[in-house]
Amino acid sequence: MHYLADGLRLPTNGLDYAILAIYFAVVLGIGFAARRSVKTSLDFFLSGRSLPAWVTGLAFVAANLGATEILGMAATGAQYGVAVVHWYWIGAIPAMVFLGLVMMPFYYGSKVRSVPEFLLQRFDKSAHLLSSVLFAFASILIAGVNLYALSIVVEALLGWPQWVSIVVAGLFVLAYITIGGLSSAIYNEVLQFFVILAALIPLTILGLKRVGGWDGLSDSLTRQHGGDFLTAWGGTGIGDPNPLGANWLTIVLGLGFVLSFGYWTTNFAEVQRALSAKNLSAAQRTPLIAAFPKIFIVFIVMIPGLVAAVLVPKIGTAGSDLTYNDAIPLLMQELLPNGVLGIAVTGLLAAFMAGMAANVSSFNTVFTADIWAKYVVKGRPDTYYLKFGRLITAIGVLASIGTAFLAASFSNIMGYLQTLFSFFNVPMFVVFIIGMFWKRASMKSGVWGLLAGTTAAMVNYFVIYKQGVIDIPSDQGANFVSAIVGFVAGALVMVLVTLFTAPKPEAELAGLVYGTKSPGMEEPPQEGDQVWYRRPALLGWGAIVLAAACYVPYSF
Amino acid sequence: MSELQREVSELEARSATAARLFDIRRIIGGLFVVYGVIVTIAGITASEADLKKAQDININLWTGLAMLALGLFFLGWVWLRPTQAPTPAEAPQE
Repeated sequence: MHYLADGLRLPTNGLDYAILAIYFAVVLGIGFAARRSVKTSLDFFLSGRSLPAWVTGLAFVAANLGATEILGMAATGAQYGVAVVHWYWIGAIPAMVFLGLVMMPFYYGSKVRSVPEFLLQRFDKSAHLLSSVLFAFASILIAGVNLYALSIVVEALLGWPQWVSIVVAGLFVLAYITIGGLSSAIYNEVLQFFVILAALIPLTILGLKRVGGWDGLSDSLTRQHGGDFLTAWGGTGIGDPNPLGANWLTIVLGLGFVLSFGYWTTNFAEVQRALSAKNLSAAQRTPLIAAFPKIFIVFIVMIPGLVAAVLVPKIGTAGSDLTYNDAIPLLMQELLPNGVLGIAVTGLLAAFMAGMAANVSSFNTVFTADIWAKYVVKGRPDTYYLKFGRLITAIGVLASIGTAFLAASFSNIMGYLQTLFSFFNVPMFVVFIIGMFWKRASMKSGVWGLLAGTTAAMVNYFVIYKQGVIDIPSDQGANFVSAIVGFVAGALVMVLVTLFTAPKPEAELAGLVYGTKSPGMEEPPQEGDQVWYRRPALLGWGAIVLAAACYVPYSF
Repeated sequence: MSELQREVSELEARSATAARLFDIRRIIGGLFVVYGVIVTIAGITASEADLKKAQDININLWTGLAMLALGLFFLGWVWLRPTQAPTPAEAPQE
């Protein structure tokens, strides 16, 4: 949820609006131009599994680079300082590399079309239906929350009434996904990625100049907040107080391991981008190519946050009418002249729309392929499911427009629901990891692992933390601990259930479990995939080493 | 081969994306050339107030030139390495 302060109205002029209008026209154009490539449901939902790796890789990072992420991470920077790098270097890169190197052969090789479909193949219908339905609900909810956040930002920055931006942005997303399918969503994400860079890089440079470069920035912040504000690990010893409310152990295990692996490796809105790649090598490289920009994006998000903390020392406290979320809009207003300002506004709006589109384009796939075609109307020809996919896309967008209006009146409930759904990601990861590496894990263990892990994480968060049974200093820290609890509980229950229930017949596990191969995976590597810079292992380990090296200047 | 494998392989064989989807590099190239030109012009004609606001950096000029360069890079990439023709089996039927 974002509440932008009044008085952030941007001095936009005709030039800025022209830049924005060109973008909207191109977005629609991509939708129409992609239309002729949609012949089967596979084209509509997974781009026919035929996109090149650099396209799916940039879409992978852009699908996550929604505006709530950009504004939110700049806010985290303004509030907690350099510690925000944890969300990138330990909270994303290892999981992305793991997805590419270890999990992708099972995902892509088994030819599943969605994350829940993998659960159906590996476990049983109950795990499948539970995860499909929850994912479908969560996607619409998050898409709606994104729209609502967009409307608040647009109202503050441009002065449009909230309902206008909710309806306009919703209808644009509806049009280009219904017409062009996933290809259109992915192409727009790639475009958005570059526009966001063109918006944030100038903002970062001007922001740094404004506060006297990095030296000036760190001097001011050290004076205001102490030296730990500019280090990644300062004050995170177990038992030490720090604003994050987390120690190194919960950061590494909770954020770096459980939460991040849960999000990056089992969230279908992300994994879908990799599944649309043209072959296994490209699918593996999708998250790996995404990892490199991800390592550096933190700088163009964190630095504006830090600069805002210098310019408005009281930001986010009762003494200021600016909240942490205002960091980037504030700098846009203070520093950007017309022209670049238009690019920045376009970038923010594009990020909101792409964040929503990623949810909608994964929702329609799960709803059509996993719910409708498996449990409601089975065995129709493919054209029927293609038509139904288009229809449900439209319904999904209209539902998220509705959710956005609901969020406007009940924003607390929405925040609460988001927390609820976030707890579901954690056991998803347990179930996947145990299912992929332990052949014996039984059919029924999937659904019980999901239920037990979710329940345990919720009990820890809502009862043990909220009721004050254990003292955890912040929501953030409690989130990390809940994730660890959910992970352990899910794993324990899976092992217990497995001991007492039937395993999946070995023949049905081909290509789904470590040590087995999918039939038909013998396709020879494509020409050119053997060159050294396309080797997944090198890309993956390179990203890990680079992320670790980035920690060095902020750790001592 | 499982039923899922068969179904998806069959859909893959009939898929039209590989043969018919346009090349995104053209769109990125085109949009950034247009944006680059617009913003560069805004930079050349920048007012004193604009410059002062942007900490005496002509940010429109530099951003515009960088966007122009990115756009030209993408167009050059398409020109040097055009989309590979799909294999004969997948060639468009129209």
